[in-house]
Amino acid sequence: MSSPDLPLVAPQTAQPPPRGGSHAGAAKSGRVRRLSGSDRVVVSLMVLIPTVIVVGLIWLPAIASVVLSFTNWNGIGKLSDAKVIGLKNYTDVFTIYPPFKPAIEHNLLWLVVMFVVATPLGILFAVLIDKDLKGSRFYQTALYLPVVLSLALIGFIWQLMYSRDQGLINAVLGTHVDFYGDPTWNIWAALFATSWRQVGYVMLLYLAGLKGVDASLKEAAQMDGATEVQTFFRIVFPVMRPINIIVLVITVIESLRAFDLVWVINQGRNGLELLATLVTQNIVGEASRIGFGSALATLMLLISLVFISIYLNVIMREDER
Amino acid sequence: MSTATAQAARRRTEGELAQAHRPLTPARVVLYVFLVVASVLWLFPLLWAVFNSFRDYSFTQAHGYASFGGFTLHNYSEAWAQGDFGQHFLNSVIITVPSVFLALLLASSIGFVVARFNFKFNLALLGLFTAANLLPPQALLIPLYRLFRSIEVPYWFSYSGTLLDSYWALIIVNTAFQTGFCAFVLSNYMKTLPYELYEAAQVDGLSVLRQWWQITLPLCRPALAALAVLEITWIYNEFFWATVLLQSGDKFPITSSLNNLKGQFFTDYNLLSAGSVLVALPVLVVFFALQKQFVSGLTLGATKG
Repeated sequence: MSSPDLPLVAPQTAQPPPRGGSHAGAAKSGRVRRLSGSDRVVVSLMVLIPTVIVVGLIWLPAIASVVLSFTNWNGIGKLSDAKVIGLKNYTDVFTIYPPFKPAIEHNLLWLVVMFVVATPLGILFAVLIDKDLKGSRFYQTALYLPVVLSLALIGFIWQLMYSRDQGLINAVLGTHVDFYGDPTWNIWAALFATSWRQVGYVMLLYLAGLKGVDASLKEAAQMDGATEVQTFFRIVFPVMRPINIIVLVITVIESLRAFDLVWVINQGRNGLELLATLVTQNIVGEASRIGFGSALATLMLLISLVFISIYLNVIMREDER
Repeated sequence: MSTATAQAARRRTEGELAQAHRPLTPARVVLYVFLVVASVLWLFPLLWAVFNSFRDYSFTQAHGYASFGGFTLHNYSEAWAQGDFGQHFLNSVIITVPSVFLALLLASSIGFVVARFNFKFNLALLGLFTAANLLPPQALLIPLYRLFRSIEVPYWFSYSGTLLDSYWALIIVNTAFQTGFCAFVLSNYMKTLPYELYEAAQVDGLSVLRQWWQITLPLCRPALAALAVLEITWIYNEFFWATVLLQSGDKFPITSSLNNLKGQFFTDYNLLSAGSVLVALPVLVVFFALQKQFVSGLTLGATKG
C-alpha cells in the first residue's frame, strides 16, 4: 500500500518491502518443488483447514440463503417438503410487504448521513489534528473514544440523553419528546448516536492516510501560492485515493449492515425499520418465513457483493504495486 | 487560514518544532476553541453516564437530572447484582478468548502460506477470506442457525443438547468471521519480512512448520498484538450473533445481555448509567492502556483489509 504510513509497519517498510512477485521469477516453481513430502502435507493443511472453516461457515451458508430464497420453506416442516416458487418471494418483497419501503429509505438515509455528515466531519478533524497543534493528543483521544464502544452500548448511553422523562435533552429544553419511541424522531436519534462513533473512526483512518502524504507535495503547492484549503482539495485529498475508496466502501457496507443500535432501541420497528432487522424478524420472529427472509437476505448479499468487489479490487491492486 | 501568505505557509511546514513560536492569530484561536469544544462535546455523553452512575435515584427524582449532589456507590452494587454481571462477564471471556486465539492461529497459517509461497491461487484465496469478513451476517443466519440446531452434542458439552444456544456456536462463528480480516492483515505484514530469512532457514533444513512457528510468528509479534487487541474489543462488542444464536439468558455475553437488561434498567437511569459504565469498563481499559495497538490494528485493518 503506497500512502498510509501505518504506524505498525513503519519500521519494517522503511526499506521497500520485497514485492510479492519480485523474488519469484524463475525460481518460483523450483522452490515449491523443493518441498519435502511432509512439508507438502503441512502446507496443504495450513491452507485447507482455514479455508474449509471460512467456506463452510460463511460462503456455503450464504449460497444456501440464496437457494432458500426461491422456495416457500416456512422452517417448520421438512426442507424436502418446501416447494420452489421461483421469484415469488422477491415480488412479494417489492409489492406486498409494507416495511420494505421504509427499510430501504432508512438504509439510504443512514448512508447519506454517514457520507454527508460523519465522513466530512471526520476528515475535518483529521486534518486539524494532523496540524500538530497544542493538545492534539487530547482532541484525538476524545474524538475516537466512542470507537471502542459497541453500538449496543451506545444505544444505552444515549438513552440518558434522549429519554422523555429522565433524559438530559428534554430536561434542558423543557420538552417531552420520546426520541427513541417517536417515529418522526427515532431514526435521527439513532443516526446522531451512530455518527458520534463514526466520526472518530473516519478521523483515525484519515489521520493514518495524512501521515503517509509526502510533505514535499504540500510544500510545493504552497510555494506556488496555493492556500491551505486549495492544497488539501487539489493535492492531498486526491493523493489519498485508496483511503477515500476504502472509507467509501466501508461506509456503504456498514450502512447496509446497521443493526445493533436499532435492535437495542426497539428491534427495528415503528420508524426504525432497516433491512438487517427485517431479515432477523422474519427468521427468528414468530412468523418464521424462511423463504421470504432469505429473499431479503439475498438482496443484502447482492448489494454488499458489489461493494466488496470494488474494495477487493482496490486493496489487491495496491497490494501488487 | 486560507489567506495565509506563501511565506507563512512555508513556515508552517517547517516542522513541528516551530509550532510553539507561531503567532496566535485570531484564526488559530478559533481553531483551538473549535477543537476544545468538539472534544468536550464528544466526551460528554460518557461523562454524563459516569456522573449519574454515582448519584442516588431518589435525589435525581427530587431535583431532576440537571442537578448536582446525591452521590453514592450503591448503583454499582445494585446494577452488578440485578444484571448478573459476574456471569455475563465470564461468558464474554469464555467466548472472546478462544475466538481470538483461533482466529489468529488460522489467519497466521493462511497468511504465512500466501506470503511465503507464490501459488497461483494466493490472490483468489486472500480475496475469499477478506470478502467473507465483509458479508452481512444476516445473509448467513438461516443456514447457520439450522446447522447449529441440527448438530446434536452430549449434554456435558452443551446443556442445550445442540450447538445452538451454546458458547461453541459463538466461538465458531466469531472465529470464522474474524479469520478473514486477520488473514489479510497478517499476510501483508508477513510479506514485509525479508525473504532471505526463509532461504537461510531452508539451508538449515528447517521444516515449513518450524519456519512458520519459530521464524515468522515471533517476527509478527507487533501485528499479532495489535490484532489481538482489536479482535478482543470487536468480539467483546459483538451483538448480532449472540442475540440470535443464544436463548438461555445466563449464557449471553455482556454486550448482548444489554438487550435483556433493558426492562430492568430503563426505569432507573442511575442504574442504567452504572450498568453502562460497567459494560464500557473493559474496553475503556483497552482504550487507555493499549491505545497504540488498537489504533495500529484499526488503521492496518481498515486501510489494508
